Amino acid sequence: MALLEVESLGISFGGLRAVDNFNISVEKEQLYGLIGPNGAGKTTIFNLLTGVYKPDKGTIRLDGENMVGKNTIDINKAGIARTFQNIRLFKDMSVIDNVKVGLHNHHSYSTLSAIFRFPSYYKVEKEIRERAMELLKVFGLEEECDYLASNLPYGKQRKLEIARALATGPKLLLLDEPAAGMNPNETGELMDTIRFVRDNFHMTILLIEHDMKLVSGICEGLTVLNFGQVLAEGTTGEVLNNPEVIKAYLGE
Amino acid sequence: MMGFISYLVNGISLGSVYALIALGYTMVYGIAKMLNFAHGDVIMIGSYVVFSTVSTMGLPPAAGILISVAVCTVLGVVIERIAYRPLRQASKLVVLITAIGVSYFLQNVALLIYGANTKSFTSVVTIPPLSLAGGALIISGETIVTILACIVIMIVLTLFIRHSKPGRAMLAVSEDGGAAQLMGVNVDGTIALTFAIGSALAAVAGVLLCSSYPSLTPYTGAMPGIKAFVAAVFGGIGSIPGAFIGGILLGIIEILGKAYISSQLADAIVFAVLIVVLLVKPTGILGRQIQEKV
Amino acid sequence: MRQMKTKALSKQTRNNLVTYGIVIAAYIAVEILMRAGMVSSLLKGLLVPLCIYVILAVSLNLTVGILGELSLGHAGFMCVGAFAGAIFSKCTMNAIPVAGLRFFLALLIGAAFAALAGILVGIPVLRLKGDYLAIVTLAFGEIIKNVINIIFLGRDSRGFHISLKDAFDLGLEPEGEVIIKGPQGITGTPNDSTFLIGILLILVTLFIVLNLIHSRTGRAIMSIRDNRIAAESVGINVTKYKLLAFTVSASLAGVAGVLYAHNLSTLAAQPKNFGYNMSIMILVFVVLGGIGNIRGSIIAAVVLTLLPEMLRSLNDYRMLIYAVVLIAVMIFSWSPKCREFRERYGLKRLLGSKKGAKEEV
Repeated sequence: MALLEVESLGISFGGLRAVDNFNISVEKEQLYGLIGPNGAGKTTIFNLLTGVYKPDKGTIRLDGENMVGKNTIDINKAGIARTFQNIRLFKDMSVIDNVKVGLHNHHSYSTLSAIFRFPSYYKVEKEIRERAMELLKVFGLEEECDYLASNLPYGKQRKLEIARALATGPKLLLLDEPAAGMNPNETGELMDTIRFVRDNFHMTILLIEHDMKLVSGICEGLTVLNFGQVLAEGTTGEVLNNPEVIKAYLGE
Repeated sequence: MMGFISYLVNGISLGSVYALIALGYTMVYGIAKMLNFAHGDVIMIGSYVVFSTVSTMGLPPAAGILISVAVCTVLGVVIERIAYRPLRQASKLVVLITAIGVSYFLQNVALLIYGANTKSFTSVVTIPPLSLAGGALIISGETIVTILACIVIMIVLTLFIRHSKPGRAMLAVSEDGGAAQLMGVNVDGTIALTFAIGSALAAVAGVLLCSSYPSLTPYTGAMPGIKAFVAAVFGGIGSIPGAFIGGILLGIIEILGKAYISSQLADAIVFAVLIVVLLVKPTGILGRQIQEKV
Repeated sequence: MRQMKTKALSKQTRNNLVTYGIVIAAYIAVEILMRAGMVSSLLKGLLVPLCIYVILAVSLNLTVGILGELSLGHAGFMCVGAFAGAIFSKCTMNAIPVAGLRFFLALLIGAAFAALAGILVGIPVLRLKGDYLAIVTLAFGEIIKNVINIIFLGRDSRGFHISLKDAFDLGLEPEGEVIIKGPQGITGTPNDSTFLIGILLILVTLFIVLNLIHSRTGRAIMSIRDNRIAAESVGINVTKYKLLAFTVSASLAGVAGVLYAHNLSTLAAQPKNFGYNMSIMILVFVVLGGIGNIRGSIIAAVVLTLLPEMLRSLNDYRMLIYAVVLIAVMIFSWSPKCREFRERYGLKRLLGSKKGAKEEV
């Protein structure tokens, strides 16, 4: 059984069918791409998967568990974490605190324990700090751990967002245009990092991307979206050579 | 029954004053995205100007009102220029505190000039009261003038904004200041104009308020200012018809609440109604819901 | 130039200790001056109010600076705490003769009632955002004040009696006692508040607020402030933590209220003590001290309370000067032109310090 199974998903905004009859199936530990022209509805699908929008119809199953009707928080707890197209860091908090917020639901102590500094506070805070540093190291951010998040250069902000998402211990990681605004060097480095995350964390990754070098370089399967509907799907090689796809991208 | 109608008319009259003040609040909010807490104190300054010119200097009321409108217009523009314009990019909270500073400033200037004693304001209205239903319902001249003035101003203002070039510039700036600037709209000038209009309306509101409720102190403007702000939020802040509707409703609720429930609780009732409205419709009666894009 | 690094845990702890240290040092300094007879009676009368303002400012900073929501109803929660505490003290004057214990219990009661008010107000209100939240909290503060003004509460051998009309309506037995007299409020609350208790309560407030900020809970609250959507996406229960911060803030305002009630012989809800103007004054402390900067709130509360008093010789001009100072400080700290000017010719730059911006928290 696939980790993520979505069937006939659809949503309308004021009569406009933004996503219609969308199906996708992502296997465990697969690196899967969702591509398509601007306005095709890719980010809307991420918003549906994470409960930001409620679908009009269709089903979303993660590891067999129904996700439709759950709110964003419960969906994250069930195992879907994401990054955002327009970076959404906690910008007035330090880099490490951003990751610590991601660890919130996994390393817990009560607010009373926080105020009165019971032993559990020190024990859990130490765990949190160690775990956060581990994650930062994966992304080469350990040097900057005490910087304010907003002071990081752009590429590192994108990485921090991925680190924060990973901190929530997801089964499925959704990356919304992780390479946007990066130069070719940074993109190459990012590709290595994404592969590393998949291999080391045994992570299933679904990503939206416009950078074809990244898509063809790391994605094993692809779904192409056009006007809210699936235009093509299959292995990366098949899809990228599909004449329909080429037409949608390059025009007539 | 006549009692009820009489309360209702008084409510509409008080509501008209709130509406005029709320217009100033709502226009400034719509365009500069700031809560001008000092707006209520401009009303007070306007009333003192009329008091000085008419009661002390003996000028005819019309002249007093014109001078008051002129003074408040200039005052509004000066406040904007000195206190608010340098903070256009600062956080909302900072601008709010500055507005509070301006409010303290105006109150204390009035305190220095006129002292803390209540001045009794002579009504500027000379129209005789209207007697209806064989004398069972008497509507004072002040009430008639207040309601008429509010209606006329609303109509003129709506026409001005819809059909004049500066009016449309105001709409454009309230929609998207940055884009308006790129399209060649003079944003600073438009904001100054908004303050000028809002303050002129405040002067008119001040005269009408003090004609109906003739006691004037440096703090006269504060509570009506807050209530008008509530009215603006009530109707949907940023919306001109909303300010009108919100103001009128608020006036009616306040007077009826005072008459039938409790005079001490009238303010509490007004605020409670606001809370209920906002909980049902979080952006007010005519406010637009803006959802954050993810 | 923005300060690039935030503090590590140890530095954080040190920073907190400095904050506690400042408060304790201020207490010792004032005590020494008082022994030496160098403190005017005017200033002596201000000591407890200063403590009250500091507690209010620090607790409001939790809502405004840490949670990032604008509240204009802080005085309302103080009002609830003040009346709850005062009623308790009046009723137990004979039952609990030990002033310290009675006051301690009054503090707990005041904090609990203010927290309850915080929850009641917070549940519906925290769904609103920004300016809407500001006006609704202002409205709640005014409602609380208005409602307290019409309550008459009496007690006799048959128990408590409440009326919304007048004292006669209570129908008390001859030996019964009227506790709240409507607009006249409560008279005869024991004067249990002292400067030392005020300082201790500041320390308790700081302990709660600082420990809360530097914890898992505090990070969750700040994440909501910085980006609500992202906070939800990593599983932070936004409603829960908003309500938590708001309630803690309200209950600490309640503590300040109890301190206030036991510093006066008459407690009445008036515009000047529990109206929106009070809430605004506290907000001014918070903003001037630096939003989110706890130590700044303390300093601003003290300076801005003493400033008008020190200007007393200027009589009528003092509030005018206060207003001008307020506007000038805001423009000087925040206008882009002034910021540029300060960065070019700023004192710190001239002294060669590398640290640019103010430290957080």
